[in-house]
Amino acid sequence: MKFKGKAWKFGADIDTDAIIPARYLNTSDPKELASHCMEDSKNPDFIKKMKLGDIIVAEKNFGCGSSREHAPIAIKAAGVSCVVAKSFARIFYRNSFNMGLPIFESAEAADGIKEGEEIEVDADRGVIRNLTTNREFKVAPVPAFMQELIAAGGLMAYTKKKAGLR
Amino acid sequence: MMTITEKILAAHCGKKEVVPGELINAKLDLVLANDITAPIAIKEFRAAGAKKVFDPDRIALIPDHFAPNKDIPSAEQCNLLRQFSREHDLSLYFEVGRMGVEHALLPEQGLVVPGDVVIGADSHTCTYGGLGAFSTGVGSTDVAAAMITGEAWFKVPESMKFIYKGKPGKWIGGKDIILRTIGDIGVDGALYRAMEFTGEPIKKLPMSGRLTICNMAIEAGAKNGIIEPDEITRKYVARRARRKYKFYKSDRKAIYVDVREYDLTGMEPQIACPHLPENVKPVSQLASINIDQSVVGSCTNGRIEDMREAARVIKGHKVHPYVRMIVIPATQAIYKQCIKEGLVDVFIDAGAAFSTPTCGPCLGGHMGILASGERAISTTNRNFVGRMGHPKSEVYLSNPAIAAASAVLGRIGRPEELK
Repeated sequence: MKFKGKAWKFGADIDTDAIIPARYLNTSDPKELASHCMEDSKNPDFIKKMKLGDIIVAEKNFGCGSSREHAPIAIKAAGVSCVVAKSFARIFYRNSFNMGLPIFESAEAADGIKEGEEIEVDADRGVIRNLTTNREFKVAPVPAFMQELIAAGGLMAYTKKKAGLR
Repeated sequence: MMTITEKILAAHCGKKEVVPGELINAKLDLVLANDITAPIAIKEFRAAGAKKVFDPDRIALIPDHFAPNKDIPSAEQCNLLRQFSREHDLSLYFEVGRMGVEHALLPEQGLVVPGDVVIGADSHTCTYGGLGAFSTGVGSTDVAAAMITGEAWFKVPESMKFIYKGKPGKWIGGKDIILRTIGDIGVDGALYRAMEFTGEPIKKLPMSGRLTICNMAIEAGAKNGIIEPDEITRKYVARRARRKYKFYKSDRKAIYVDVREYDLTGMEPQIACPHLPENVKPVSQLASINIDQSVVGSCTNGRIEDMREAARVIKGHKVHPYVRMIVIPATQAIYKQCIKEGLVDVFIDAGAAFSTPTCGPCLGGHMGILASGERAISTTNRNFVGRMGHPKSEVYLSNPAIAAASAVLGRIGRPEELK
């Protein structure tokens, strides 16, 4: 699978309150959540400016703080194709795999990509290409069990199979 | 040779031994969600075609974040929890009037016990490490799956050991110890890892302080925080536990990826400055910071010991004319105890507001939202941008004594400064 889009850069320790402020958590409607995506970050107009398929590129510890799955839901429903970061906070990482937001860990990509550059992520090869500068970066390998989860179609599909549900 | 975390996980996946990095499927003693996270879990549960929960006595649904319902959409979310609980005959649904802030309520009611494995769709689920349980925050989908199977997958975390020594001064509690630690290692200093807290000051700490420390392990990125159970634990659970419990202890030769020591002698109360819990400074460096609001409460510091500490400081004083002080006991039992001990009188006589249990202001939900440019001191756990209201407001995190003293002074300060 390949993802291609413009890079939007964010800093270190982007917390889930910046991704989707708690004042909007009185709903779990993906479209409604998406309309406030990154509203309390340093780029509050992100949702107005971004285009379908664009890619978030961040520094370390992306998604720290709350366990709210509304955060990856808001990003996915906004039309962001994937997130690249130096590292991800634990619950955000787990949530993204569970609900199907593609995320990629790559310190060298986070360093080697500037805002506005065109990026292509090749998930199968584990490679991120900066199409603007023509540089290539490696993605940290995805743990085997996570690959199994993805292959099964996410945690709920995996659970359904395990529990014998139709 | 295993750590307490490894031993608990091994016991819950039917293995003699587990090692860090190993993937396991663990049986869960309790699954938790609240009015913000449960709605998504319930939708996923239904979408999967599930008809039955794995055990109606092991799923706790607690409407505490935007409850008592703050607006119509929140009322709808709480209603979904209520309907689902009735549909599946869940014994651990807590209605307004009986509910409390989840991580204060479950240990208080003996619903989480030492040796448990617990997941909750709330990041502060790591609180129960204070009892000697393995507990960790997950998302709604994990809870949906767990409500069906009663199991969850985990990567066994590496453990970090934190050894405290020395004699902490007056007004130094669990909050100061954990803030000092997060200030040292940073908000991702324990990413994916278990934080094990040890040493003499921890052994002397009451359960309330232990729960406070483990509560904020997530603020260092940890999977769980944990403290070995002892006599203090035994006394706490003896009259509460609704299930059998088991004490686990780390082997002396257990392996830690990092061991850190802190001397608490002479340490000042610690404050986390905006906008990250790692921006920690001693209180004396912040005496020029004026405040508009002081909040005492939450899953971090809303227990009876915290109420007593704040009341002891504020008794006989008045909240500064320019400050709103909001005190929120975390459960109904704590609320009642506050009445019994006369603490409610102390707070109200001082000019503070005293509220029914709710997470409310901690996450900028309701019951104390900040306007643009306003600043709060709060005993809660996070100070991210916009956490308590307007994105241009600020939150300083402290222990209850400092929050109470600051409410009187109108600026950040210590109890010793009150005349």
